Amino acid sequence: MSKLRETRGQKIIGALEKNAVPILFGIICLIGIPFSGYSLGYLGQEIIVRISRNSFLIIALLVPIMAGMGLNFGMTLGAMAGQIGLIFMVDWGIVGIPGMILAMIISTPISAFLGWMCGKILNMAKGREMVTSYIIGFFINGVYQLIVLYGMGSVIPIKNTSLVLPRGYGIRNTVNLITIRKALDNLLAIRFLGISIPFATLLIIALLCIFIVWFRRTKLGQDMRAVGQDMEVARAAGIRVEHTRIVSVVISTILAGYGMILYLQNMGTLNTYNSHMQIGMFSIAALLVGGASVARASIGNVFLGVSLFHLMFVVSPPAGKRIIGDAQLGEYFRVFVSYGVITIALVLYEIRKRRKAARGGLLLAQDQVDSGEVDA
Amino acid sequence: MTKIKQFIHSFGWPRIIIGLFLLSLFIIAPFVGINVSTSLSDTIVRFGMNGIMVLAMVPMIHSGCGLNFGLPLGIIAGLLGGTLSIEFNFVGNVSFLMAILLSTPFAVILGWGYGKLLNRVKGSEMMIATYVGFSSVAFMCIMWLLLPYNHPSMVWGYAGTGLRTTISTEGYYWHVLSNFLKFGIGDHFTFPTGMILFFALIAFLMWAFLHTKKGTAMTAVGSNPVFARASGINIDKIRTLSVIMSTWLGAIGILVYQQSFGFIQLYMGPFYMALPAVSAILIGGASVNKATILNVVVGTLLFQGILTMTPSVMNSIIHTDMSEVIRIIVSNGMILYALTRKSEATR
Repeated sequence: MSKLRETRGQKIIGALEKNAVPILFGIICLIGIPFSGYSLGYLGQEIIVRISRNSFLIIALLVPIMAGMGLNFGMTLGAMAGQIGLIFMVDWGIVGIPGMILAMIISTPISAFLGWMCGKILNMAKGREMVTSYIIGFFINGVYQLIVLYGMGSVIPIKNTSLVLPRGYGIRNTVNLITIRKALDNLLAIRFLGISIPFATLLIIALLCIFIVWFRRTKLGQDMRAVGQDMEVARAAGIRVEHTRIVSVVISTILAGYGMILYLQNMGTLNTYNSHMQIGMFSIAALLVGGASVARASIGNVFLGVSLFHLMFVVSPPAGKRIIGDAQLGEYFRVFVSYGVITIALVLYEIRKRRKAARGGLLLAQDQVDSGEVDA
Repeated sequence: MTKIKQFIHSFGWPRIIIGLFLLSLFIIAPFVGINVSTSLSDTIVRFGMNGIMVLAMVPMIHSGCGLNFGLPLGIIAGLLGGTLSIEFNFVGNVSFLMAILLSTPFAVILGWGYGKLLNRVKGSEMMIATYVGFSSVAFMCIMWLLLPYNHPSMVWGYAGTGLRTTISTEGYYWHVLSNFLKFGIGDHFTFPTGMILFFALIAFLMWAFLHTKKGTAMTAVGSNPVFARASGINIDKIRTLSVIMSTWLGAIGILVYQQSFGFIQLYMGPFYMALPAVSAILIGGASVNKATILNVVVGTLLFQGILTMTPSVMNSIIHTDMSEVIRIIVSNGMILYALTRKSEATR
């Protein structure tokens, strides 16, 4: 009879499996660090920079996961809205922190509209939200290009000629964000053990974390979790399922827009037609590296993920060069790892979901045997 | 009237709009100084180049695995076959045949593994297929650098190792199909008979297969898995077979593409190649779980027609090339439309 009970071995294997991705990444980083030849101080600085640069964007992914909609590949929508905000900010010549705030204000209605639309479409494609949101990202990218490459300067007035392509309309491939470069990072920056820490940025990220924790406890947050657990049960309990799902995407998109502005103020240049396309993939990969799954992600996953993923990113080109003698190889390796980790995480999640269903059945049978309802 | 309504309903608004759009492009073309016969010829060439990759979507749609966003995996098998054929110094027609033969084992092995994987993730095949495609392309980027190729026409000149990003197929299988029985009407119209015949042959084989016992079983698995299991069909086996077929067609598809295009594109080349194929079959009237050979033909013609016509016509009218943006919006809009249709949401 005790054969049926879950043994300690199974529990350990289960726990290992749950954290397989972070453990694997930890090992890759540990192997890579000595080969890269970087000092620990340098790596520490890099990690701090990247945490402050990327965390906001990754936290934006948490809300739709809460609502059971999986990884929001549609966060690129928010990134595009943020970029449009930044383009206007540069055009109007507003600098520094006020400029960033202006860009955020401009991005908010655009993000909200795009998020609302994305949510509407995702409600029509229940059960395949991820692939749909992924394609929405591509689709809106087409619309974004139409507006930015053809509309701006011709239909939408742009005064600043340095922004516009020589042909007279359309925004240039790169937009210089020197006016807000590190505006927030350098505000309240402190040095600690030779590492400069962008205190203000980290403070904002901390505030966002508190917001997320608080949000989980609100009525809306609880509704989202209920919808994420089981849509039908939630509907029976009187929750407006469709509405809740749309709200979760809208929040995520708006946050992604702000996150993109924070990200770009750190980078200092905007690649008008590329920045947003990569950001979704990197953010999602980082979150998954931190041990999150399609259905569950916490703030801890975000920070662990950013650290490990970007450590790998920094370390792999020089390590590739030392080990095989080709830096290009390290480049390809990190691209491969980014995609590979998303693949593995998605596959593991699906397999685990099935196994959990099977194990649930097994444990139920065990309970029934224990209570003598069924003869063993 | 009701008949027209029914027709519109079954054909779908997006397809009618796209069809009318293409028709209007062809009507406008002569007035803005574009040679229609050149455009037609280009459309047919592009149809032949892409047709088989679109056809590769059919088996997986039939078996209920959804749209094969993992097509790059098949393309990689094709790239391996093509490069190996050149590496072994085959030239001319033989090199094309050998490329197909050499790519087949890779397609079968990769497809088998990919199929096994998709069997374990039923219900979210499409998302995982996308990422299987991406990660295999990224993995092969590493391999193209490391694999011990040393044919002088393929490796980087100064290092002597590592394949180039683009390799010319001239002297190997360049235009071996396109030039077969090729004929021209007037100065501007040439018909790549061999390539179209090859597509017709593969499409016919596909059609014939779907009418065999195995093919019917495949359709049954896709449309009603419970019923299929009840009638004694091994669902996983059939699904794996469909994935292998799809991967193999992807491999042949890219070889046909290369023989017409003239270059083998390695590294990130195959990265986004699944999307045009997916949207082409959807434009042709296929849905996430239903596709016919006719959908393939109509869809590829419409999609490639738009790709050929928009740049030239748009350029002449408003002096800007908006074709890339239009392509992005049309192809992804089409995929979105297919993903969100209510009738299929309950698959």
